[in-house]
Amino acid sequence: MSVATEQVPAEAVPGVRAAKKRGPDHRPGLSRKLPYLLLAPAVLLELLIHIIPMLVGIWMSFVKLTKFFIANWSAAPWAGLNNYRVAVDIHNSVGEGLLKSFGVTVAFSLITVILSWCLGMAAAVALQPPFKGRSAIRTLFLVPYALPAYAGILTWNFMLQRDTGAVNHVLVDNLGLMSDRPFWLLGGNALTSLITVALWRLWPFAFLTLMAGLQSIPRDVYEAASVDGAGSVRQWRNITLPSLRPVNLVLVLVLFLWTFSDFNTPYVLFGTAQPPAGDLITFHIYNASFLTWNFGSGAAMSVLLLIFLMIVTGAYLIVTGRRSRRA
Amino acid sequence: MRLRSLVAAAAVSALGISLAACGGSDSGDSSNGGSSGDQTLTYWASNQGTSLDNDKQVLTPVLQKFTQDTGIKVNLEVIGWNDLQTRIQTATTSGQGPDVLNIGNTWAASLQATGAFLPFDNDAMTAIGGKDKFVPTALATGGKEGEDPTSVPLYGLAYGLYYNKAMFAAAGLQPPKTWEEMVTDAQKLTIPAKKQWGMALAAGSYTENVHFAFINASQNGADWFDKDGKPTFTGDGNVQGVLRYLDLMQKDKVANPSNAQYDNGTKSVNDFATKKVAMVINQNNADSSIVANGMKAGEYGVVPFPAPAGAAQPVASHVAGINLSIFKNTKHKDAALKFVKYMTDEATQTTLGKPFSSLPVLKDAKPVFTTDAAEAATFSDVYNTKSKPLPLVPAEDQFESTVGKAMNGLFGKIATGGTVTADDVKAALKSAQDQVAASS
Repeated sequence: MSVATEQVPAEAVPGVRAAKKRGPDHRPGLSRKLPYLLLAPAVLLELLIHIIPMLVGIWMSFVKLTKFFIANWSAAPWAGLNNYRVAVDIHNSVGEGLLKSFGVTVAFSLITVILSWCLGMAAAVALQPPFKGRSAIRTLFLVPYALPAYAGILTWNFMLQRDTGAVNHVLVDNLGLMSDRPFWLLGGNALTSLITVALWRLWPFAFLTLMAGLQSIPRDVYEAASVDGAGSVRQWRNITLPSLRPVNLVLVLVLFLWTFSDFNTPYVLFGTAQPPAGDLITFHIYNASFLTWNFGSGAAMSVLLLIFLMIVTGAYLIVTGRRSRRA
Repeated sequence: MRLRSLVAAAAVSALGISLAACGGSDSGDSSNGGSSGDQTLTYWASNQGTSLDNDKQVLTPVLQKFTQDTGIKVNLEVIGWNDLQTRIQTATTSGQGPDVLNIGNTWAASLQATGAFLPFDNDAMTAIGGKDKFVPTALATGGKEGEDPTSVPLYGLAYGLYYNKAMFAAAGLQPPKTWEEMVTDAQKLTIPAKKQWGMALAAGSYTENVHFAFINASQNGADWFDKDGKPTFTGDGNVQGVLRYLDLMQKDKVANPSNAQYDNGTKSVNDFATKKVAMVINQNNADSSIVANGMKAGEYGVVPFPAPAGAAQPVASHVAGINLSIFKNTKHKDAALKFVKYMTDEATQTTLGKPFSSLPVLKDAKPVFTTDAAEAATFSDVYNTKSKPLPLVPAEDQFESTVGKAMNGLFGKIATGGTVTADDVKAALKSAQDQVAASS
């Protein structure tokens, strides 16, 4: 259908001909420049907002930018690869700390992405058939995504306090499931709490994306499968999953990048008293940069993180691209 | 296709993560020194009162009087403690800061090292009324020894041990004079059936924790830096000092493990004010919070934070407080100096001393933060004779953040059932020391 439309000569369409007469074709120079002019603001903003700060950050990673040079940071002395050497030296506390926070972040990201996807998919599939109250439930599911991050996470911080929090009140006082009040924001439970809060924030996005994807699958495909005797599990596996493949490719990548570079959740949930089990890498870099005034070292850690994410993303795109071509 | 994938990867990654280091160029700070033509100063005040609004209410008439006297207007911004250091860093980096600002006096030497602040040389010191007007202990916090200070004292503070008189009387106890007495008293006053604890600790606050690391180590005669400014965190006196403080929760069991989540001093003060605990160690500005929580002034007493019997030094506090600094690039240097002179005048100090519960930083001035003469005398004595400045070295702020956070972690381990030995403390302090060494 779309091919047929492309083959129709533009002159054959009355509106197009009229547009051509008074359109930019009368000024061919402007016509050639127009796309670039329209793109220019976006390119300029991209440069200002992302590219230039990123280049400055890369430069900072090669200089000794401590408090002694912060007031005149362009004069900071060259450090070569020293910031990188310190960051990757696992026999030094700095490198050891970075490696530990990297491990925590990998675990946090993988678990959060997998759980977000599973929850989002389950909810999207469950809310696919029309029923009374479906819109209200869909809206309810999207509330965490719409809430300002700070307000939502801070509420979790209150709820997860050991003595005064609602979670222990319900688990210990109301239900009597535990005899001793556990700490949720200290010790080993901190990672569980971090994943729970991140999941609460992220899964509605997975739900929203997958729900939109599901709606693009023609119903008659399911009807035909049903007539052929395919059950709901088989329909999900053979129709839903393959049809959602393009959506899933983007969704999983975006969820991974968001969770891996999540700063808000640990920053608001733990405040300055973050436990080792909740020491995500972005928060770790923030501490290294701002609390010890070592912006050069923090920048080197940021660049290492950027390289890691680029490699992971590149590998992901190449692998999924190959599979798509095979398919 | 592969190239396109890699370019896409680069673009998506760049979108996915913003370099933490670039946070330094935060453009949220739009304050500046004003144009050179007008006589308007920008002043960043730290949070001293019960809230940011309370600070504005207290300071506004004081600043209006300054404007009436001199014709110089003051744009006031009150900044919470959690944001102040980052705001100062941002202002230092961008050069877009206020003319005059409050700093925690323990940061003085570190901020001095940035070179962004106006040194109070002879001329500047004369312009603000001369150095002789200040209490020497307070003025010593202004910057590195042997250099012109880049800050002058504004509000003085000191630690004291607050105790509940009724609880002590009911248990037949006298206020403690030594560490050992304090622990024994606290154990007697820890009554699980009444959900009452002997002490409350702000054990999740790295700033509070590092103060007690410093005070306890000082009582052992230990230092955190050598004479060249190099960190000596792992010395035995430091390790034992930190362990002694941790043991209040671990071995002595006089503090609720939940205190490990207390990330500021207010929470522990509130426990004291609501009579959940018998003692709390806090600076003298706790008075306003205690009274605001319903405890009457006569219901509590204050004694110096005790040292162990036979301690090397009877240190009961660091020289705490707030200093005033001027940004070197101010376009209103004379006006800024007039403002500093005004804020450190005796009349202004007296006006602000009560609402901000501060100790006088001027010689011969009387404390006005309390009507309790005994309490005023105790804090004045601690401030003038039993306090020691935190290390006046450029890496001081790194000492605060790294050692304080190490102690947060150790308290977290204790609270969740773990055991912390002297070796664990030493390892944590070694890690803190490595971080300081890496950035100096």
